[in-house]
Amino acid sequence: MNNIDPLRAPLKNARGLGSAKDGTRHFIIQRITAVALLVLAVYFVALLVSLAGADYASARAAVARPFNAILLIAFLIAMFWHGQLGMQVVIEDYVHAPGLAMTCQLIVRFVCFLAALASVFAVLRIALGA
Amino acid sequence: MAEFALPKNSKIQQGKRFPAKPGAKNVREFRVYRWNPEDGANPRIDTYEVDLATCGPMVLDALIKIKNEIDPTLTFRRSCREGICGSCAMNIDGTNTLACTRAIEDCSKGDVPIYPLPHMAVVKDLVPDLTHFYAQYASIKPWLRTQSAAPAKEHLQSKQDRAKLDGLYECILCACCSTACPSYWWNGDRYLGPAILLQAYRWIVDSRDEDTGERLDALEDPFKLYRCHTIMNCTRTCPKGLNPAKAIAEIKKLMVERRS
Repeated sequence: MNNIDPLRAPLKNARGLGSAKDGTRHFIIQRITAVALLVLAVYFVALLVSLAGADYASARAAVARPFNAILLIAFLIAMFWHGQLGMQVVIEDYVHAPGLAMTCQLIVRFVCFLAALASVFAVLRIALGA
Repeated sequence: MAEFALPKNSKIQQGKRFPAKPGAKNVREFRVYRWNPEDGANPRIDTYEVDLATCGPMVLDALIKIKNEIDPTLTFRRSCREGICGSCAMNIDGTNTLACTRAIEDCSKGDVPIYPLPHMAVVKDLVPDLTHFYAQYASIKPWLRTQSAAPAKEHLQSKQDRAKLDGLYECILCACCSTACPSYWWNGDRYLGPAILLQAYRWIVDSRDEDTGERLDALEDPFKLYRCHTIMNCTRTCPKGLNPAKAIAEIKKLMVERRS
């Protein structure tokens, strides 16, 4: 119990910094992306299975098809967004040193954002035929 | 970081053994956590052999028999001995429960391990420090809060609205659920825990209370409320058969409902 000072009144410790009046947004987005991933992950696996044994050119052609490209981008955004939200919770749960926690949160956000950008860019490049 | 190993001075050592009197017929071993802040020693597990032929049926009966007849230094809280005061909450046979309502014969075969409630500071032996737990209860302002002038006689309530308090008002604040919750172990300084959140919901859902929005405002916080990850230890361990996890889920539903 990190923030408990025995010299303070117990109620002071319990009330702490008060309510952040937030957390519900995180809760809602985590569930929306989870529902989206239920569908998109099944689609993604089905796409992978359908491409099993295909050569490079036909796999590329499949990704370039607008239907696939759009759903792949939706899948990638939902996945990295959901992943970031989940990692944020894990860090809040287990990392209690304030500086380290902030550093971890920044790293997770940067990595997820960059990975999402890079993967979406890769799909776009194939789809738009660069 | 979360602590996964006990600090050196908390490592539990093998303690004394108190054999049953010769001629005892139905002997059961109780392995009890002992720690005395005044002797400077590490905590230890003492083993008491109790003759069940001369002992009441509940674990609390065995503890009282140990204190009266075997070892008067054993310290624990108890009062009502009928599951309504919540004093004798402790970890018995691996589960947080009330010693007074847990039958010895319902414990798994072999010896019966008895520890204080998990992850709380220990005052002595089986007595945990519940100061912060009670302060968290006070922080939710657990009383009827209204804006309207007080009614001449009484606040009226329909039978349907009264029924919404069933499964909530029975909570005796024994802290079994909160101290069974991993989220409360890691973040109990800020997370209110299942017991306090169930109590908070008891006032949120009360049709006579007019501070519903303020109550939700006070809970809307990544730590106070949203540390609950629906682990369900609270519901599994509640000695009164209540469902704190459902109460917390209902609070989360209201949080979403009021912005959609």
